[in-house]
Parts: sequence; structure tokens; C-alpha cells
Amino acid sequence: MAERGHQVVATTATNALNEGSSLRIVEVSKHFPAADASSERTHALDNISLSVAAGELVSVVGPSGCGKSTLLRLIAGLDHCDSGTLTVGADAIHEPSAERGLVFQDPNLFPWLTVRRNIESGLVARGVLHEKRHEVDEFIRLVGLETFAKAYPHHLSGGMAQRVALARALINHPKVLLLDEPLGALDAFTRMRMQDEVLRLWEARGATILLVTHDIDEAIYMSNRIVIMTPRPGRVERIIPVSLERPRQRNSAEFLRLRGDILEFLHFTRGAG
Amino acid sequence: MNVSSVQVKEPVQVAKAVETPNGLASSSLAAGSKMRARTFLAVPTATLIAFVVHLFVSQDEPAVDTRSYSVFLAGMFGLSVAAAAVQPLWSSLRRWMAHMCPIIAATVLLLCLWEVITSGLRLLPMPYFPSPAGVLQSLLNDRKLLFDSTWHSLLLLLSGYVLGVSIALVTGICIGWFPLARYWGMPLLKALGPIPATAWVPLAMVLSPSGIFSAVGLVALAVWFPVTMLTISGIANTRASYLDVARTLGAGPKHLIFRVAIPAAMPSIFIGLFMGLGTSFLTLIVAETVGVKSGLGWYVSWAQGWAEYGKVYAALVIMAAFFSTIMTVLFKVRDRVLVWQKGVIKW
Repeated sequence: MAERGHQVVATTATNALNEGSSLRIVEVSKHFPAADASSERTHALDNISLSVAAGELVSVVGPSGCGKSTLLRLIAGLDHCDSGTLTVGADAIHEPSAERGLVFQDPNLFPWLTVRRNIESGLVARGVLHEKRHEVDEFIRLVGLETFAKAYPHHLSGGMAQRVALARALINHPKVLLLDEPLGALDAFTRMRMQDEVLRLWEARGATILLVTHDIDEAIYMSNRIVIMTPRPGRVERIIPVSLERPRQRNSAEFLRLRGDILEFLHFTRGAG
Repeated sequence: MNVSSVQVKEPVQVAKAVETPNGLASSSLAAGSKMRARTFLAVPTATLIAFVVHLFVSQDEPAVDTRSYSVFLAGMFGLSVAAAAVQPLWSSLRRWMAHMCPIIAATVLLLCLWEVITSGLRLLPMPYFPSPAGVLQSLLNDRKLLFDSTWHSLLLLLSGYVLGVSIALVTGICIGWFPLARYWGMPLLKALGPIPATAWVPLAMVLSPSGIFSAVGLVALAVWFPVTMLTISGIANTRASYLDVARTLGAGPKHLIFRVAIPAAMPSIFIGLFMGLGTSFLTLIVAETVGVKSGLGWYVSWAQGWAEYGKVYAALVIMAAFFSTIMTVLFKVRDRVLVWQKGVIKW
């Protein structure tokens, strides 16, 4: 487990523009301190290991409290793990970086900035707005918000706001894009449209994507592999490859069979745990 | 007299109703125009009443003291009639009048009531409560000194306010952002802040080389506490997720403070600026009364010393206009800076 090379789990990642980097998580554990004296400290992640190939789209599913979001925050560098190592490409993760974009369930747009300025903010933060200003229009177009460029976030619908959040994360050309239930708050129709949109962006840019979701259909529809986690302590229970042809049919026999398998598995683990 | 003026106005209103092409709206508009007629006639009616009362009440007073008030009421009447006549052709004036006319009319009626109580029925002891005519006369007689005092107050207020806000923003941002500054700064702030700035007057007079310096310092101190407090609270309550997002976008500490925490704290900072403005008015007047020998605060106590109560009230009228103008300016700045809140928050 101590190998540090670029050896990654072989998975098909057929993207034209390969911006992504591989991601390795090796024996990572994380505790949170107890909220008060009477309660025990939370064992959020227990010995998690996971490798994601460059340009791969991997979903993480599991019940609430299984440490999915904690894992994403560790990869983003917003929190630190108690033991284990996290690496992107060849570099260990110590702190947040523009190389690892993060999109939350709540779009968290800066309400004091217009759509355009929100999308620009990554360039401003890195001090490269002057050289890369031309890309802003490209990304506004990419998420189809040309007419809303001057609007403030509270004028946007949930779907539009989430598209801005995606564009804001993508403008830095992150090697790894971390999505923490980004479509969780949207209605079913918008969500399906946005799934296609994320897939389109993924295929266009070729970033490595780690997607946390509650929605098993979403995981099957979008990802190369599905990681199933179980709670307290958070563990990787099983990794299921999805080899369906893209674009995937949500009602094909194989899709439904896979869905049935996963549901059965989740039910089984819940019954046992 | 009232009735005749209504009849004069009627054709204008009818023309207005006919103008609108939409037949559906016309019935509701007829009711609206009736209400509008009342609205637009409120000010001429009120001024007319006030004028008649004034003529009746002031017959046995010297004409020199009351003429300017008569001219004022007559002018108001003429202006309001002219405005009512012009409004069908000028939509922004009409909207303004629809909103303001009841308030203006009520103000005129209050002036009328004041005149009845003071020089009419003489219910209040005379030298202390002059009539509106007397106040207006004092205001006009002493306009040069009043203008000069207002100018000095403005200079003093602005320099104290700007100084206080500048220091408060620096201390507030430091204490709100840096834990070490918070550890040492908060106890100091909690101990010294709540002392009213005016309580420092004796110390300020001893320490400062001139009255002006101590007054500026007192105003700055009065502004400093609320602005610092609300800046701290705004900075410290910046949503953690905004900071998280900014960090994953590659933001360094400078960007986090100046591009995330401060904009996020702006609504709270503005509440502090408004509170600070209120305390600065109070402190300004007190400081001028006790230390500086100029400004509106000084003028009030000086006029009181000569028992010229007309001038006291004239200065109060000026103060009301002066302070509310400054308040309006700050509201305009707020609207500009917090334009992104438009439609979200009302206050």
C-alpha cells in the first residue's frame, strides 16, 4: 500500500482533453472531537483506501453519516486526516488548492457578486484575471447563462445557480473536481438535465470527478464506478464498476438490474449493521 | 372657499380619466382619480386654512414679525396649486405628489395648530414658545450666523465621523478576523466601548490643545464603538462555506479578507454606520455646547442665554433638515454599495 507511483486502477477514461489527474487515498482515518463531555468522539472515516484514475468519474453513495462529505473535504484540503495519505498526481494534499475544485449542494455563490464576477472569482483569487479574462465568456457560454451574466445570485433559480457554481469551479481547470451532492436540492426534471450537463462538461474537459450522491440512479447514470460506503465508522464497503454504454438509458434492462443489485446490497448492509 | 376650489380642479381630473385608453381600468381609475383629487387638493386646502387662521390670529401683532410667515404660506399655496395644475402632464411629479401630499398637508395643519396654541390662545408661556411666524422671522433675521454655525457643525461632524469610521473599520476587521487581536481587543472594547462618548468631555478638555480637537475626538470616539462592534460581528459571522469555496478556488489570506469577509460583512457594517451616525449627532451637539464656540449646538445654548427662543427653535429646524439630509446621503451610499441585496432585504 506504500507505493507512491502513478500506478492507477485501470479504467476506461476516453476523453479528448485530458485535464484530470489521478487521485489516491491510502488508509485514511478521521475522527471528530466529541461535541460535549458525555458523547463519544465521532469516527467519521475508518481506514479508507480508494484510487481514481485520471479522467475517471467515480460516484460515492451511502446513507447519511457515512463520511462521504468528510472524505470530500479531506481531498479538497479543507480538513486534515488523522492518519493515512491523500495524493493528487504525485503531490500530497496539505491545503486547499485551485487544482481541486469543490461544488456543494448549496451553490454558495457570493451574493455580492454578479454571475460574471462569481465565475471570475477563481481567476481573481489566483491573480490571473488579466491573462485569462477571455475564458470568462467561454465558461458563461458553456453553462448557458449569457443572458444572466449581470444578474445577482438571488435572481437565479436553483438550477442556474448550480450551473454558475460549476462554471466557477471549472474556470480554474481543476485536475480533480469534487461534487458534494451538487444536484441534491434540485427538482427531478432539472436534476436529470443537469446530470447530462455535468457529463457534457466532463467529456469536454476530461477532469477527474468524484461525485457524492444520495441518488443511486444518478450514480449509475453518470459514473464509471460506484463506491458504496457504510456509516459509523465510515468504510468503503464495495466498489461496483458500471460498464454500460454511454449515453445510458435510464430504463434499460441492465440499468435496472444494476439498480436492483445496489439497492439489495444497501438493504442487506443496513440489516446487518 | 373650499368648495369653489374643488370645482376649479374637477375638469382636470375628468380629462385625466378620459385620457386612459383602457376601458377595463377606467372604473377603478374613476375611484382612483377621486382619491387623487383629494390628495392633490390637500395641500392647497391646508395652506388656505393655515393662512386664514394666521391672518386672524396675528391681527394685533406688528406686521414686521408676521409678514414673512404670510408670504411663506401664500407661496406654499401658490406652489401647491401650480403643482396640482401641472401634475397631469408630468408623471414623476404626480407620483411624488401622490406620495407626499398628505404628509405635507398634515405638516401645514400642525403648524396651524401650533400657531393657534401659541399666539392665538396663548396657552403656553410666551417667551419660551414662540409662534411659527416668530420662528421663521428669527430664522430669516439671523440667517448669516445660522449658516455659519451649520457650516462649522458640518465640518466638525464630517471630520469626526470619517476619522471614527476609518479607525473602527481597521480595528473591527482585525478583531473580527485575527484570533490574537480578538483575544486582546475584545476585553478592551467591552470595557471602554459602552461608556458614552460625552462622558469623556472633562478628560478631552484637559488633554486636547484646542476645543476643535477634543470635539473631533469625541465624535470619532462616539462613532468608533458601534461601527467596530458591528464590523467585528459581520466579519466573524462570514459564512464558513463562502470561505471554504474561496479557498478551493485558490484564494490566499488577503483575498479571503478583502474579497470575501469584508463584502460579506458589509450589511452589518452599514448598520454600524447608521448607529454611529446617530451617536455622532448627539455627541456633536454636546461637544459644541460645552467646548467649541461655534456650530449649531453652541448657537442653541447661546440663543437660550439671551432668551431668544425664536432662534433656539430656528436652530432646531435647521438641525432637523441638516441631520436628515446627512442620513439620506448615507442611505444613498448604502443603496449603491449593497445593490446586490435589492429585493432581498428591506430596512
